[in-house]
Amino acid sequence: MKLTRGKITELVNEPGCEHNSKEGQSNKKACKQQAQPGAAQGGCAFDGASIALVPITDAAHLVHGPIACSGNSWGSRGSLSSGPVTYKTGFTTDLSENDIIFGGEKRLYKAIAQIVKNHQPAAVFVYSTCVTALIGDDLDAVCQAAAKKYGTPIIPVHAAGFVGSKNLGNRLAGEALLDHVVGTAEPEYTTPFDINLIGEYNIAGEMWNVLPLFEKVGIRVLAKITGDARYQEVCQAHRAKLNVMICSKALINMARKMEEQYDIPFIEESFYGIDDMNRCLRNIAEKFGDAELKQRVEKLIASENAALDQKLAPYRARLGGKRVVLYTGGVKSWSIISAAKDLGIDVVATSTKKSTEEDKARIKKLLGKDGITIEKGSPQELLKVIEQTGADLLIAGGRNQYTALKARIPFLDINQERHHAYAGYEGMIEMAKELEEALYSPIWQQVRCSAPWEVGIGEPIAGNREQGTGNSDQEIANSEKELIGTVVPVAEPIAEIGGV
Amino acid sequence: MTTITQPKKAAAVNPLKLSSPLGASLAFLGLKGMIPLFHGSQGCTAFAKVILVRHFREAIPLSTTAMTEVSSILGGEDNVSTAILTLAEKAKPDVLGLLTTGLTETRGDDMQRILKTFRNQHPELDWLPIISVSTPDYKGAMEDGYAATVEQIVTTDYGTLAESEDSIPSLSSDRKARVTILAGSLLGPGDVEEVKAIVEAFGLTAVMVPDLSGSMDGHLDDGFNSVTTGGTTLDDLRRLGESSFTIAIGESMRKSAVALKQKFGTNYEVFPRLNGLQAMDRLVLRLSKIVHSRQDAHFVQPYEVPETFNRQRRQLQDAMLDTHFYFGRKRISLALEPDLLYQTSWLLHEMGAEIHAAVTTTKSPLLENLPIETVTIGDLEDFENLAVGSDLLIANSHGRAIAQRQNIPLYRMGYPIFDRFGNGHRCLTGYRGTVQFLMDLGNLFIEVEESQINH
Repeated sequence: MKLTRGKITELVNEPGCEHNSKEGQSNKKACKQQAQPGAAQGGCAFDGASIALVPITDAAHLVHGPIACSGNSWGSRGSLSSGPVTYKTGFTTDLSENDIIFGGEKRLYKAIAQIVKNHQPAAVFVYSTCVTALIGDDLDAVCQAAAKKYGTPIIPVHAAGFVGSKNLGNRLAGEALLDHVVGTAEPEYTTPFDINLIGEYNIAGEMWNVLPLFEKVGIRVLAKITGDARYQEVCQAHRAKLNVMICSKALINMARKMEEQYDIPFIEESFYGIDDMNRCLRNIAEKFGDAELKQRVEKLIASENAALDQKLAPYRARLGGKRVVLYTGGVKSWSIISAAKDLGIDVVATSTKKSTEEDKARIKKLLGKDGITIEKGSPQELLKVIEQTGADLLIAGGRNQYTALKARIPFLDINQERHHAYAGYEGMIEMAKELEEALYSPIWQQVRCSAPWEVGIGEPIAGNREQGTGNSDQEIANSEKELIGTVVPVAEPIAEIGGV
Repeated sequence: MTTITQPKKAAAVNPLKLSSPLGASLAFLGLKGMIPLFHGSQGCTAFAKVILVRHFREAIPLSTTAMTEVSSILGGEDNVSTAILTLAEKAKPDVLGLLTTGLTETRGDDMQRILKTFRNQHPELDWLPIISVSTPDYKGAMEDGYAATVEQIVTTDYGTLAESEDSIPSLSSDRKARVTILAGSLLGPGDVEEVKAIVEAFGLTAVMVPDLSGSMDGHLDDGFNSVTTGGTTLDDLRRLGESSFTIAIGESMRKSAVALKQKFGTNYEVFPRLNGLQAMDRLVLRLSKIVHSRQDAHFVQPYEVPETFNRQRRQLQDAMLDTHFYFGRKRISLALEPDLLYQTSWLLHEMGAEIHAAVTTTKSPLLENLPIETVTIGDLEDFENLAVGSDLLIANSHGRAIAQRQNIPLYRMGYPIFDRFGNGHRCLTGYRGTVQFLMDLGNLFIEVEESQINH
């Protein structure tokens, strides 16, 4: 695939994407999402392509460019593997000034040879970057020649950073898979209930909360695109009967084109929250239209939900009525609301920055009339909303972690780099646990209180200082008591409450 | 003399090197009221941000000129000027740090010209100093970008004190001698803090350039800030010429010290390292000489050193005695940037350890003089191969996988360290920092020894 302007425009205008579904006038703002000079910045297209492809565990991922692109980013993503670890190795051509003057193609070819020889990967994904795109290195030709010579699939990924946002990079990664990977191998066998999971990257091992559920009801996940995937399974993805897009519009082009090319229908689901997980299983069964499967799904849902209700009860008691502000992109902006509701938490405000019209409609329904939607997402804006709403906690991506913490506000990380798996039924417990810990941590009062010698704060202390002229031991003891009194009592461990 | 090798590999595997723009942004972050601006694609900034946030566990102000494919072809002039205007309005910085990237250097944006045009078009922003540095990703490593930036910081013309009328009283009341400390990238915020304390214990004013201890030291501010809240102030930068001496820490700071000498005639001394007994003795002696030189020539007194340093020095000697049993003949492999490699490997050598392997990121005159026969400019794959059979690895957090595979303990140094707390505070230089370093390593060795006995 040669990357042309036309191709990019086509991807930005992806018809499957609801950002564009408004008739006549297309609202592609979210897809373009090009950062503005001087504004806050997100990842580039290369970043997006890496996020989507690097989780293929037995492939090597070679970044063709100067050191920054790989050197500053390798090994930082949270996708986990159940087996091969080739994907964790950072490979880059680390171009020098000479390479840039004379062209980097030779070096790239040699780099592929070195990787194939020393690491025997199932495939090599080669990523172009701004510099190599600018100097015009012919990635396709080099990859083709190397693939021929070494008999290993070498896949060019044309997602130089400057072509656009992370989101576009995701789609470009999808294009690379469609052009070079999907449909290149046949599965050993197929079952009537073969599905692909698209857009789930197994962050913190999240997918492993969900796969056993599918297995229990007899749904086979043929290809995971791309969390904990093996290269081979992605090659066979075209034989699935249904594509399930997870929590992401990012690879919508892939789902839509697979429908066109291979006649595989797709549905869009979320693994976050009890209702959503239930709906996901039900919708899949519904799509297959198999009565027995539906029955198995209902049975599973009933038993999982019952067990979960019991386990969540103590958390619900502690979390009920808490107010949170949610700041995240796209689908998560509503899927997390529903997860929060399951725990009895009020989402008082949420972002709609990257959300589609459909997402927004859902959000409105879920939030109710008092809910605030945040369009712009500068940290200041976010803090203002938190203050206005009197929220107890911010749920957002890692990038806003320090925005919240520095403002002494409890925080829950739900993006890429997190260390906890929140998907599926199991994930709900994990999320409840994390929320409970964050909200009830005994530190909040302490980090918010000023030093006793500072003026105009810490009333009990100031009061004591004024009347403390008598200065008896008793008074000092009193003031200490009051000092301690200002600290919120330490939360009791949840296990004990569970016993009640 | 150490031989320098550079493996002829087409692909770097598990890179050790970080980009020079990343180093540049780190140096900029040591100035107060600063927001660094990357002239490149949005990803250049995003990656740098992620790595610094993970290392320091702080909100890091960084911004981008957001170059696109089209602007990369037509030229980034508009992007630069829009970015500066936006930042001046929204972030309200005291000073801007503008750095280039591989993308904009390859395309050949002429920053001098772009800035000149910008200045002509926007005289209303004359109050805002812009420090510009060229840091192509394809040249050098983090240490180089950091050093180049410090050089630009000290040579940029900040104008004379415009409000000179107001500042005269403060000048006259500030009778302490000022000493410029060029803090190389081998010093973290905790180290910078320690050096500052050492200098000030002599009754001198330490002008740290840059001063990461004010900005990256993990402290809680009031209110939200989109620029750094601590660091070298603009006032300090304007008064660099008043300093009576320059102390450059890290060989990479030499050029900046020379630049200050050329600009202001300030004498300097380069300290390629600031750990271990002798290196620290040298600093203390230098500081006492600075104090001494300012005394009235008619009443010359002997060199005076604050008592605290005699005590700290004896504590270090004691720590060396206590821990030396654990260092003798230990084979230690290091993967660090040149300045840090030099400082750390010599200290280990002086403690009786053997340097088993040394891998680094970029060229430096220091590499010819290491306590090992060969040093490799390479990646962590080279390191993994060379480190086989060591007793201890010293590298950044990426070394963990190697440590696990080879079952060797890892002591984390360099950038990034994302699986340990305290990078905003850790101090491994000075007498006290050296004690800390020896204790840390000694404890690691004890742990290994005990686990072996239990088997």
